[in-house]
Amino acid sequence: MKFLALIFALFFASTVTFASSTTEAALAEDPVAEKRLQKLSEELRCLVCQNQTIADSNAELAQDLRREVRSMIKDGKSDKEIVDFMVTRYGDFVLYRPPVKGITLLLWGGPIALLLLGLFALQRYLRQRATRINEAKPLSADETSRAEALLKEINSK
Amino acid sequence: MNRYFWILGGFAALVALLAVGLGLNPREVPSPLVGKPAPAFTLNVLATPDKTLSPKDMQGKIWLLNVWASWCVSCRQEHPVLVEFSRKVDVPVIGLNYKEVRGDGGFDMNKMPADEEKKLAFQRANKWLADHGDPYKLTVMDLDGRVGIDYGVYGVPETYVIDKAGVIRMKHTGPITPEILGKKIMPLLAELNK
Repeated sequence: MKFLALIFALFFASTVTFASSTTEAALAEDPVAEKRLQKLSEELRCLVCQNQTIADSNAELAQDLRREVRSMIKDGKSDKEIVDFMVTRYGDFVLYRPPVKGITLLLWGGPIALLLLGLFALQRYLRQRATRINEAKPLSADETSRAEALLKEINSK
Repeated sequence: MNRYFWILGGFAALVALLAVGLGLNPREVPSPLVGKPAPAFTLNVLATPDKTLSPKDMQGKIWLLNVWASWCVSCRQEHPVLVEFSRKVDVPVIGLNYKEVRGDGGFDMNKMPADEEKKLAFQRANKWLADHGDPYKLTVMDLDGRVGIDYGVYGVPETYVIDKAGVIRMKHTGPITPEILGKKIMPLLAELNK
C-alpha cells in the first residue's frame, strides 16, 4: 500500500513539474493581458486535440494560436475581435460554447427536449397508476380467505 | 404492449442517432472559408527564393492549394495521387509548405536564428520534392505557419480548390485519396470549368 502511495506521489510530482516547465516563458509581463489571454484561451478549442482548449493543450497549433491571441491583445484588439478572428478561420467549432443558431439547435435544445419528454412520460405514468389504484376493487370473500391463508403460512415459518 | 413499443422505439432511435454520429469523421470540421475569397498572402517561392507569390497572381485560373511539409507522414500517402493528378490534369497545384522546420518538433527553435531556419527549410523542402516527385507548379514557404492560420490549417495535409474569381470552393482536410479525387475534386473542377 505504501509502495502504491509512493508511486502515485511520484507520478503526480512528475506531471506537475512537466506542466510548469512547458508554460510559456513570456508569461506575466503584463498581468492584465495575461489574464485576458488565459480567459480567451479557455474559450477556444484546439483543433488538433479536439477536446482540449488552447489553454490546456501543448499541441503546436495551440501554441501558435496562443501566440496569435497574445499579439492581438498587444495590438489592443477587443475580446470579440479576437474571437471573430478565430471563428472566420476555424468556424464555430473553435468555440467551446457554440452560438445558438439553426445548426446547433439540437445541441442546445436536445437536453431540454429530453427533460420535457421525461417529465411528460413520468406524469402520464403517475396518472395511470393513480387511476389504477382508484379503480382497484376490494377483495372478494374468496380472495380474502386465500390471502389470509397465505399470510398465516408465512408468519408460521 | 403499447409501452414496450415506445421504449423500444425510443431505444432504436437513440441507437440510430449514435450510429450516424459515430460514423462521422470528427476531424472533418466544416471550414467557414468555403465560399469566401482565398486569404491573401505574399510568400517566397521555393524554387526561386527571391520571388514571391500571392493568390491574386492566380486570378483567372482554377487552382489547387495543397498544404504539405516534409515531416508530415500523411503527405507521403497522398503524394503519388498529386503527382499523378499533375501529370493528367491541366489544373495548377500550388504547394504551401507549412512550418517546414518548426513543425518538425525535432528542433529547438529558441536556439535557431531565423536565417538558419529559412536555409534549412528550403533545403529540406527541395530534398523532399526531389525524392518524392514534384507535382507543384510552385511551392511557397510558410515558415512560421502564420498563413496557415489564415487558411484555418490544423492538420496537414489540407487541400483547397480555388476558382477563377479567387474564391475557395472546397476544402479537404487529410490526405487526398484516389476516391476523394474522383468523387469530389474532379466533378467540382469540371463544374468550375463550364
